[in-house]
Parts: sequence; structure tokens; C-alpha cells
Amino acid sequence: MSSTAPPPKKNWSWRSQAFRGVVYQIVAIALIGAVVWFLAHNTLANMRIRGIQSGFDFLAQTAGFDIGEGLYPFDSEESYFRAFLVGVTNTLRVALIGIVLATALGILLGVGRFSRNALVRGLCVSYVEFFRNIPVLLQLLLWYVVLTEVFPAASEAWQLGWFYLSKGGLNYPIPVWATGQLWAVYGLLGGWVMAWLYRRWAHQQFEATGSIRSMIWVPLLIVLLGGVIGWALGGAPTGLNHPVRGEFSIENGGALTPEFLAVLLGLTLYTASFIAEVVRGGIASVPRGQMEAASALGLSRTQEMRLVMLPQALRVIIPPLTNQYLNLTKNSSLAVAIGYPDVVSIANTALNQTGRAVECIAIVMLVYLITSLGTSLLMNWYNSRAAIKER
Amino acid sequence: MTVATNSTTFQPIAPRPAPVNTEGPLAWIKDNLLADWKTTLSTVVIGGILLWYVPQILNWAFFKAHWVADFNACKVEGGGACWGVVTEKYRSIIFGRYPFEEQWRPLVATVLLVGLLVTSCMRSFWKAWLPLVWLVVLAAFFLLMYGNVAGLSRVETDRWGGLPLTILLASLSLVASFPIALLVALGRRSQLPAIRTFCTLYVELIRGVPLISVLFMASFMFPLFMPQGLQIDVLIRVLVGITLFAAAYSAEVIRGGLQAVPKGQVEAAATLGLTYWQTQRKIVLPQALAMVVPGIMNNFISTFKDTSLVAIVSLYELMGAMKMAVNSDADWRPYIMEGYFFIALIYFAFCFAMSRYSQWVEKQVNKSKSR
Repeated sequence: MSSTAPPPKKNWSWRSQAFRGVVYQIVAIALIGAVVWFLAHNTLANMRIRGIQSGFDFLAQTAGFDIGEGLYPFDSEESYFRAFLVGVTNTLRVALIGIVLATALGILLGVGRFSRNALVRGLCVSYVEFFRNIPVLLQLLLWYVVLTEVFPAASEAWQLGWFYLSKGGLNYPIPVWATGQLWAVYGLLGGWVMAWLYRRWAHQQFEATGSIRSMIWVPLLIVLLGGVIGWALGGAPTGLNHPVRGEFSIENGGALTPEFLAVLLGLTLYTASFIAEVVRGGIASVPRGQMEAASALGLSRTQEMRLVMLPQALRVIIPPLTNQYLNLTKNSSLAVAIGYPDVVSIANTALNQTGRAVECIAIVMLVYLITSLGTSLLMNWYNSRAAIKER
Repeated sequence: MTVATNSTTFQPIAPRPAPVNTEGPLAWIKDNLLADWKTTLSTVVIGGILLWYVPQILNWAFFKAHWVADFNACKVEGGGACWGVVTEKYRSIIFGRYPFEEQWRPLVATVLLVGLLVTSCMRSFWKAWLPLVWLVVLAAFFLLMYGNVAGLSRVETDRWGGLPLTILLASLSLVASFPIALLVALGRRSQLPAIRTFCTLYVELIRGVPLISVLFMASFMFPLFMPQGLQIDVLIRVLVGITLFAAAYSAEVIRGGLQAVPKGQVEAAATLGLTYWQTQRKIVLPQALAMVVPGIMNNFISTFKDTSLVAIVSLYELMGAMKMAVNSDADWRPYIMEGYFFIALIYFAFCFAMSRYSQWVEKQVNKSKSR
């Protein structure tokens, strides 16, 4: 038997997979290019006919509208660019606070599914089923109606200590700035360093002798103690700017508008139900034997959860948790429906005033894209740190 | 020795206590409500709160509520919910601005579509002819709603609204997005760099932006994209937007399913001499798609909820219809909260049923794996 060599490759034949691949790709690029050209051509032609100006130069013009709330004051004399900045900070503010609150609530609800108490389990299940099966926009609008119609007027605001709750939102005391507070911040930072040192020492002790020391409560106490010492060193200022019941509104102090509260409440409660499911799924994914082994070693139930279950569950939890954070941030765009001045709402106003639809929508998309990609990068980095090192 | 002597006379040992009962309601209560002092304490606290608030909520929602469409009765202080707003407005909440005498048409169309959705959920109907039935029913839906044939008067799409629109948007975007999602998912795993890059870009871009910006694009920018003189209905534009959005999310779910198919399957297909498309169609997709049914179902649920966003670009689906019906009437406007609760109930009923179904499918799919 004579072995025959395989036929020589014909690189320019339809039978060659590589050649077909190149052809397919060229066709795909040509198609996409044609579609993009078609759309761009139409857009330019339409804009010319309708006399729509284009370009981002409008960002420097005066905005001419007021923004109700923001991290820093804004008035109608300032530029569109500043208006967009206020919008972005408003979006980030509600998203960040929402993420923190939703995570805390979600973890409580998710862990609650494993409680020994049937009532706790039942409450957690009903919460999750109730809140995740109703559109988030509906929840936002409902909270807004509750906050602005069911709550009392400012003159009859509900009062709890120094906090007032009314149609005007939530008013709370803010400390009057004094050098003592700066000292308190220094104290907190010092306490943080001390706590870090303590944790390192405790970890070394654990490695050396196996004796377990508190890794959460004692460091927390050290940080707080540092803050209190700093505050006392700074002369212990106690000046607070209290809200005062005025005739038409609550004056002084800090305030959260009902729009902000409605968006925050709606997003937090909605996302918490999803985070609860993520946490439950993560804990359920840890094999039962792990917990049995932990209790066989004599760990308490809290230690089992903290030292054995959670570290393993975290690897399953983190990727979908990232998705929930991104969803919350993206859902904050629904604030436009109740008039919270987030970036979409500002873009909408700017769009209506200047008619530059393409630019305004592009800015909104860019802001969300940067936030999304930034968050995923950060979480991917954390995820690669938390992943099991295999081989 | 002693054993031998004792064995001659029978001495019964003391009877053992009966084993602790671990079944039945009493044992369950002891185990789940009163196990130790912590559990008992939380039972007492939570039970107390429930006992205090649940009767108040029930009173508000049922016993003291006003069911008759009379807004003057609702004005009495200390009364409960005012469901009269639903009794009065339910037809314009559910059907939006559709002409009043013709509302049997959206009713029939919706029943048809929901019936099809339910039958498609049953395993015995997962046949090759199912997509064909879908096309027929969707065509019937459009004919019924739009009219202009067989003696039905024409109803423009801007009069469509309410629940039929919600269900139409959700199911049509699901059906239309599926082929796109399938191609994009295959494209993301393709060996060809240009196609892979394009598909990845599409998925990541769409998933990075909120739906509302896509809808704004559909309603403000879409007219600019089209050639001069071509007017596209706002319903179609929004549908295109939702479809492209849903396709990106479904593509990720399908890609997950594709990745779960073992590599050996593709290699085995290659040794048998199957081409790429034959491999995908006969080997990979049947295994992958069975796995992604729950994920697709979850996407459908979120699309169903997301349709409420089209109210922002002035299409009056269920939520928009409710807001318009109640806000346009000054007498009923103060009771919009009850209106919100009513549509929340409708959304909940649909989404809850679907999520239960998705859980059931997940169990069915995993049945072969768990023994």
C-alpha cells in the first residue's frame, strides 16, 4: 500500500475553510458598513432639510433652566455642560446610596431564607416574590404618589426627634462645620489604621496559635473610638443645624426631596429582591457537607456562616451581583418619569430646548456605558481575586 | 457468673420513653417557630407586628373599602381604599383609548395571544409547526386590532393601548428577538474575528445602556435615520427598539447554553463530517436550547415588566392607559393610588405565573441530571 499524500491545499478555493471565512467576514463588514452609511446619509440629509444644527458646541451655551437639587447649586445662567454634570452626579448619588442599601437589605433577605424561623422564611419569600414581579417604574411612581399625597403637609409634618417627614421630603439636622469635626475625621482615619494593625496582629495570632479573635466588632470599635477621641481633642463641637417647622415648609437643616426619596426607595426595594435571590442561590450552591463538616469541627452557627459558607458562596454571588448593581444604575434612568433631575432628565430637557437629539442621547448613552464598563472592570478584577486558584 | 444466675429469672428493664415526635403540625411548630429562645423571640416579635398591621391592611383594602363608582363616598374621612376608581374606569384602564364599542376586538385578540402563550408553554406542543401557529395568531391579532377588513372599522395604532398593547409588545419582541439573539450568540463564539467583534460590540453596547435611552432613540432619532418621506409608525419604532434590546440579553443567555455543551460533542460532529451549520443545527442547538428555556423565560418576564417604560415615549400600554384614564378625570384623580395597585395586581399575576412556570421548566430540564 502506498501512502498518498493529502491533496495540496487550494487556498483560493471555496472548499478552503479559511478562504470561506475571509469571504464571510468581508461580506459581513460590507453589509454593516452599508447599513451604517445608509443611516448616516439619511440622518445628515434629514438634518439638512429640517435645518437641525449638529455638534456639541451647545454645551457651552447657557442652559436657561433651573435644577431643583444637586450636590452643588446650579442656576439657569450656567452652561449645559454644568447642567449635565449636575445630572451625572445626581444619578451617581442615587445609584451609590441605592447600591449600599439594596445590598444590605438583599443580604438580610437572602440569609433570612435559611432561617430556622418559619415566619422569617415566609416573610423573605413573600417580599421577594412581591417586589420582583411588579415593574420598577410602577413602584417608583407609586412611592412618589405615597410620598407626595399620603404624607402630611409641611405644617403638619411627622416629627421623630429632629427628623421631619412630610410632603416636602425628609428633613434632618446637619452638624455645623467646626474644626472639631476635622479632628474627628483625623481620629477616624487614625482608628482605621489602628484597626488594620489589630486585624493583622489577630490574623498572625490565629495562624500561630489558632485562637480566634473578633475580626469585625473589635476593629469597628477601634475605628469609632478613634473618631470619638479626635472629636474630643478638637473641643467636642456639638453645634447642629436643626430643621425648623416653618409656615409653608421645613426650614434649615439638610433635606432629601420626595423625588430623591421615591427613586431611592423604589430602586432599593426592587433591587434588594433580586439581590436576595442571588445571595440565596450562592449559599444554596455550597455543598451541604461543608456546613456539616464545619459543625463537626465545633464551629458555632455564626462562625459556620462567616468562615465556611460565605467565602465559598461569594464566588458564586459576585458575578450576578455585579449585574444587579448595573441594573440598579441603569434603572435610575427611570427617575425621569417622576422629575428627579438625573442625567436622562437633564438630557431630555436639553433635547427639547436645543433639538439636538443625536448629541443628547449620545451623551446619555456614553455616561451609562462608561459607568457600566467601569463597574464590570472593577468587579472582574475583584472576581479574579476571589476566584479559586486552580492549577 | 452473675449473668447466668440472672438469666434464670426474668427481670424487665424499665420501658424506654417514646421517641420524640418529628412529624405533624405540633412538631413542625416546635421545630420552626419555638426551637430555641432566639427563634421564639423573633416569632413573638414578627407575629406581633403581623397581628397589628395585617388587620389594618385588610380593613383598608376590603372591609372599609368603597367598591361602588361614587367618588363622593370616598371623600369620607377614615374610609378604606376607593376601588370605585377601578369599577368606573376599568375599561379604559385595560383597553386604553381603543374605541369603546369596538373593545371586544382587543379582548378577543388578547385572549387568542394569551391562549397561544399558554399552549406554547406546554411541552407536548413543542413541535415544528408551533412557529407557524405563532405567525398565524400574530397576523390575526393585527387584523383584529387594526381592522379595515371584513367589515371591521379601521383603528389606527395610536388608539391601541392597555393590556393588549403590553402583551403584544412583550410577545412580539420575544418572537422577533429570538432569531437575532441566536445568530448573535453563535457569532460571539465564531472563529471569524470580524463577526465575533461585531457581535460582542452589539451585546456589550446594548447591555451597557438603559432601555429608556434606546426608547428615546427609537422615538426621537429613528425618524432621522429613515429616508426622507418615509414615516414609520411609533408602535413599530418602539417595537424595533425593544426587540434589539431584548435580543442582546437573550443572546447572552443562549451563549451560556452554547458554552455548556461539552466540546466533545462538536468534535464528534466534526469527525462525522458535518459542516458548521449542520453541527449547530443537529448537535449543539438542540442541547443548548433545552438548557436556556428558563433563562429565556426570565428575559420574557423582564421584557413584560419593561414594556411599562413605553409610557414615557407616549404609547399608552397598561400603565400609561391607567394614568391617562385616571388623570384625565379631576373627580377621580385623588384616587390614582388605587389605580396603581390595580395594575400592580395585573402585572403581578402575569409575572408570578410566568416565574412559577420558569421554575417548573428548570426542574424538568434538570431532571435528566439529578438522580
